[in-house]
Parts: sequence; C-alpha cells; structure tokens
Amino acid sequence: MASKVNRLSRFNITALALGMAFLYLPIVILVIYSFNASRLVTVWGGWSLRWYYEFFNDRAMLDAAWMSLRVAALSATVATLLGTLAAVGLVRGERFRGRALFSGMLYAPLVMPEVISGLSLLLLFVALNAERGFWTVTIAHTTLTMCFVTVVVQSRLASLDRSLEEAAMDLGCDPVQAFLRVTLPLIVPAIVAGWMLAFTLSLDDVVIASFTTGPGSATLPIRIYSEVRLGVKPEINAICTMVIALIAVVIVIASLASKLSSSEGKSAAPL
Amino acid sequence: MSARRIFAQPARYAAIAPYLWMVLFFLVPFGFVLKIGLSQTAIAQPPYVPVFDFTEGWTAIKEAFGQLSFDNFRLLTSDSLYISSYLRSLVVAVTSTLILLLIGYPIAYGMARLPQRWQPIAMMLVIVPFWTSFLIRIYAWVNILQHDGLLNQVLLALHLVSAPVVWLSTDTAMYIGIVYSYLPFMILPLYATLSKLDASLLEAAADLGASPLQAFWLVTFPLSLPGVCAGALLCFIPIIGEFVIPDLLAGSGSMMIGQTLWLEFFTNKDWPVAAAAAVALLVLLVPPLLLYDRLQRRTLAEGA
Repeated sequence: MASKVNRLSRFNITALALGMAFLYLPIVILVIYSFNASRLVTVWGGWSLRWYYEFFNDRAMLDAAWMSLRVAALSATVATLLGTLAAVGLVRGERFRGRALFSGMLYAPLVMPEVISGLSLLLLFVALNAERGFWTVTIAHTTLTMCFVTVVVQSRLASLDRSLEEAAMDLGCDPVQAFLRVTLPLIVPAIVAGWMLAFTLSLDDVVIASFTTGPGSATLPIRIYSEVRLGVKPEINAICTMVIALIAVVIVIASLASKLSSSEGKSAAPL
Repeated sequence: MSARRIFAQPARYAAIAPYLWMVLFFLVPFGFVLKIGLSQTAIAQPPYVPVFDFTEGWTAIKEAFGQLSFDNFRLLTSDSLYISSYLRSLVVAVTSTLILLLIGYPIAYGMARLPQRWQPIAMMLVIVPFWTSFLIRIYAWVNILQHDGLLNQVLLALHLVSAPVVWLSTDTAMYIGIVYSYLPFMILPLYATLSKLDASLLEAAADLGASPLQAFWLVTFPLSLPGVCAGALLCFIPIIGEFVIPDLLAGSGSMMIGQTLWLEFFTNKDWPVAAAAAVALLVLLVPPLLLYDRLQRRTLAEGA
C-alpha cells in the first residue's frame, strides 16, 4: 500500500522524535521536579510530597486557586451557552442584519493581542465604575472564550446534514423541537469540547485577568506569574503539576463524553 | 426549501443574546480605547480626562468629540521608546516565525508520512501541549534555563561547556519560549496541507527522474505554500503582541510593544498614551489579518 515515495525515511522519524521530545520534555521535567525533596529547585533530594503540603498550607495560593476555579467554571458555562447560540445563529440563521459585524466581533478576539482586550475591558469597567474582582474577570473571560466556543460549535454545525432537521420538521416537529431533539444531541461533542477549551483558557490567562481584577482578588495564574518573576520556587512546580493533572482529567472526561455521544462513531476533533 | 426558511427564523433569535454581549463587552470597550487614546493625560484617578459625561447627554458627547487630540499619536511617532518597541516586536515576530517554519515543517512532513492510523495519534500529541497551560509551559523553561538549571547541568556533565552559560533573561531564552509555545500553531496548518498532498504527484516526479530532494523542492514545497502562509500568519500575528514570554524569559533590555504598553499602563499610569499605543498596534496587525482572512477564504472555496 505504502508507495515508495510515501515511506517514512530516517529523516522523518528523527524529525518527529525530536519534535515530540521538544514538546514534552519540559513538562515531564517540571512534573518530576515537583516531587523533589530539596529546597533548591535544581538539586535532586529524593522523592517527596513536601511542596504539595506547602501549597495546601499557603492561604493566599489556595484563595487564588479557588477564585480561578470559580471564574473558569462560571465563565466557561456562560461562554458555552452564548457561544453555542452564536454558532446556531450564524450557521442556521443565514442572513440577518449586522451578521458581518457579529461574526467579525466573534473573530477579532481570537487574534487580537490579549493586552488590547484586557486594556479595553478595564477602561469599560472603570467608566462604569464597576468594582473589579470576581465578576469583572468572569465577564472578561466569558467574552474571550465564547469566541473559541463559537468556532468549535460552528464547524461541527456546518458539517451537519441539514436534511435531518428538515425530516424532523416534516414529521411534525417545530423548528425549536427539531433543534432540541435532533441537532443538539449531534453537536454535544462540540459543545463539550468548547466548554473544556473555555475552561482551560480561563484557567490559563494572566494578561486579561491582570487588567480586569482588583486588588486582593488575584487568580492563580496571576499569583504564579508574580512568584515566577521573583525566581523559581519549588512550590510553583507542585502547583503547576496539579493544574496539568486537572486539565488532563478535564480532557479525558470530555473526550470520553464526546466518544459516548457521537453517534456516527466518529469522535469529535479535540479542537 | 420552505422548511429551511421557517427554520431560519428562530435560529436568528438565537444570536440576539451573544450579539448584545459582544457589543457591550467588545465593541463598546474598544470605543473607549479609541476615545481615551484621543484624550488628554491627567494626573488623577482614573488617570485620564473623563470620556463622556453621560449625565449631560448628547451635547456633552459632541463637546467631548470637539476636544479630541492626536497628541498621543504624535507622541508615539516621536518617542524612540515606542518606535523601538514596535521595531523589536516586528523583528522578534519575523525571526520567530522563520525558526518556527524551519522546525515545524519537518515535523509536519513526518506526520503526513506516518501510516494512516498513526496520524490522528500524532495530531493529538501535537494538540495536547496546546491544552496544557501556556504559563506553565513557559515556567517549565524557566526551570530548565536558569543558572543551575537542567540545561547547564547537562552541558557541564557532557563537558560541552566549562562554566554555566547564562540562558535565562536572554533573547535565546525568549526565542526558545516563543518557538515552544507556538509550535502547534505552525505544525497543524502545515500538516493539514501536507497530508492532503497527492502521493502520485511525487511518484510521477520520481518516474520523470527527479531525486527525492528535487521532488520535494519542485513539487511538495510549492504545493504546501498555502499551509506555510497560514502557519506563518497564525504565529506571526499573536507573537507581535506577546507579553508574558518576553517578560519572563527575555532580558530587561529592549521591550516588545506588548510590554511597553503594559508598563505605560500599570507603572507610568499614562492611560491615554497606552490606549493610543494599543490602537497603533491594532493598525499594525490589520495587513497580516486581512492576508490571513483572504487565505482562509480561498482555502475554503477550494475545499468546497
């Protein structure tokens, strides 16, 4: 089957192996060093959970982690709701007034530097005299991540066979019923993928959160960021490992969910 | 079909809530950036002359527009700090994009040559680091690159260097961080075009006497150009405004525009100039964005 020109050469294999090593080694090293007993980050002092204990006794870090989780869960949920609605409007709504502006607004934050998004939202909150903290960060993250949700759901919706809905309507469903009973179950994998993308993006963001939060309510990335600027601390390794583990769990659950719900047996792409 | 038309109606209403949200939290704030970029600096809290006094209604808004000034924009073009920041952003983005192409192309090429059933797995492996926290991945490099970090330990153990090399807070570290973070963005579009390439074209080239290298350069590479352009733009555009990576990994010398903007905003509290700088940055990004948009449209049209 594999033709002569299509064969893997030694060069290809080397490139792939080096590429994967480059992508994964730093993360693996970080995880291993989070179990290092030594206070010096670079000297191996045997296996230990010391820095994990340290984290669970660090009030400020725990508060920041809790704030981050709440912001990520709430903003991802609202973003998924709004993003799905936006995708339905764009794909199924066909032409409506201001459609180009709408899709432009949904597209722009994907490529706009975060510094600009953060700055503009801060100026809005200042002008509205809104107290900055949990709610302003949640709103900011919702705005950014709903654009990603829209892209993910939109591509799934666009590839869906529209005659399924038409058949449902011929059988007596009204459009809303047809959507809820036929279309929605079919796009669930994309909705789940969108939610988890929104969740991880929110959990990751430093720049926009820095602009939109107020004093005393830092998210975990903001705290990690300010610690890293002061130098490497072993506790950060432990926190980072826990974040990686959390994201891994989210990915596994979401991919299981999308496998279970995808009726064609063709699982949704993770992006 | 009439069913389609009926369905279109409720679907349109679905867009109302997200539309309003985006207008309120994306469009309106951007109006504020523009307005503040055009207003006078004030040493006060908030540190700019108020945007609009909503209580005074329409006349106040008209008056506010009458007071607009382009001083901040003039400052941008006359202050060497800004000019050098924009230039540095451009240089860093171009250099990183070229390095990314050089590293990403062989990986994407290797992926496209994998047996069919391995390709989705390879793609997953490229995407997973993208899901892993961006900040954590940069931090992982701080760990490795610091003075007594793993890289120096390995180099010393192998006797490749006699004394620890300074990696952290250098441009090398920044480029490593940028290339590391953006590699998936480069690989995926490249892989998308390379995997669709018709193998029989290469066989034909071989039959006609082309060496593998000639076949690559004369057939594969030209056909992969849309992927090359898409990947390059997808990396170039966000790198221009990068803030976290240069801040954590590069030295304290010259700054990229994202950092300058941040400093102006948080440290110097010169909001009008920061807002003007943000507007200028966006203007800088318009040409590559339009290019990317056009490329995407053409690829979609060809695919359909």
